[in-house]
Amino acid sequence: MSLVVNQLQCSRGDIALFEGLSFKLIPGQLMWLEGRNGSGKTTLLRTLCGLFLYDKGRIEWQGESTVSNMDTYRQNLLYLGHQNALKHDLNPVENLQTLSRLAGKSVSEEQTDEALQLFGLAGYEETPVRKLSQGQQRRVALSRLLLSDALLWILDEPFVALDVVAVELLQSILVKHVEQGGMVILTTHQALPIAEDKMLRLCLDRYV
Amino acid sequence: MFDSFRALVKRDLLLAMRRRSDVFTVLLFFIIVVSIFPLGISFEKAILQKIAPGVVWVAALLASTLALERIFANDYADGTLEQILLTAQPLSILVFAKIFAHWLLTGLPLVLIAPLAGLQYHLSATTIGTMMVMLLIGTPILSMIGAIGAALTLGLRGGGILISLLVLPLYIPVLVYGSGAIEASMQGDVSLQPYYLLLLAFLLLALVFAPWATAASLRISVE
Repeated sequence: MSLVVNQLQCSRGDIALFEGLSFKLIPGQLMWLEGRNGSGKTTLLRTLCGLFLYDKGRIEWQGESTVSNMDTYRQNLLYLGHQNALKHDLNPVENLQTLSRLAGKSVSEEQTDEALQLFGLAGYEETPVRKLSQGQQRRVALSRLLLSDALLWILDEPFVALDVVAVELLQSILVKHVEQGGMVILTTHQALPIAEDKMLRLCLDRYV
Repeated sequence: MFDSFRALVKRDLLLAMRRRSDVFTVLLFFIIVVSIFPLGISFEKAILQKIAPGVVWVAALLASTLALERIFANDYADGTLEQILLTAQPLSILVFAKIFAHWLLTGLPLVLIAPLAGLQYHLSATTIGTMMVMLLIGTPILSMIGAIGAALTLGLRGGGILISLLVLPLYIPVLVYGSGAIEASMQGDVSLQPYYLLLLAFLLLALVFAPWATAASLRISVE
């Protein structure tokens, strides 16, 4: 159970974003991806998910290339991008249930209610997502973390639009996931309260 | 796998129920196009019967292209398409779910409203029956070919017009055999079997290749 990236190279059009990127992430580790704007953080996250094609290199999950092993890899993967992936005309419960069922796991209404409650959205279960604020919509999207049993979380700027309380909550959820043997890869400008030995820091500026 | 299929179809139908105008625009467009032809050409029964097959099919073609852009555009904009691409389910099955829901919302209403168009053009009951069956076989083909176009033009500026240009020429076989069958059924003693078989063959071909081709184009477009 590990994610190994070997000599990865990505480019957008003719511009090389990074090359020779290698790292190994094992269960119980969090990787903090850093880099200036435009250094390819989002591209790297999307590449790791298989949404973006890399030019050179190799990504391995459990010792096998993700290209040949894509289905097992995706079962263990949860990706939250810049967009919340929520349908504005559906309410939070419908959104969460649909997303879970798409991933092949059905969750009950009690489970979604519990997750929403933890994120301070009790009472908003029946409200269409378009009527929620940016921060609340982000909270709905992040509730998926509690409903999924994916091992590897790939999160692109998960703290954006959250208030102080939600930031602390998300931090504690991340710490708990890592302590339970999960893996997290994220980009953020927020400090993370995680022990140094469990944290891997990768700065993309060094791979240009 | 079938659970994901059902979940996606259910979601799209639910979204359409919450936003009914999207469904009705396609249907109204079809009705209006079919209705203005008599105004522009003639109210004479013989002429109307002669142009009916072509008019109904051309209106169906245009109405179906009108809705194509929406198949994937909304999911693309709010990020749900990425999540669909990231599931461990076979993508062509999920794409097929999207196309199926789209057909239920834009193709099937055309089939059901077709008798109204038939009455406007003085068609007999048997001819209207043939028209409905032909539309029932033909409109899924339109949705499936259209989905490939929609996936290829996803995220491009002016994608809507581009889809029409890309997809309308591919609709021609459906138009030819679809309207041919209605015309033949007006003759009375001509066998309709070749028309049915040819259109069904198109349908099978589209069923096999369209979800797969759409899935491949989506992966490219989302990158």
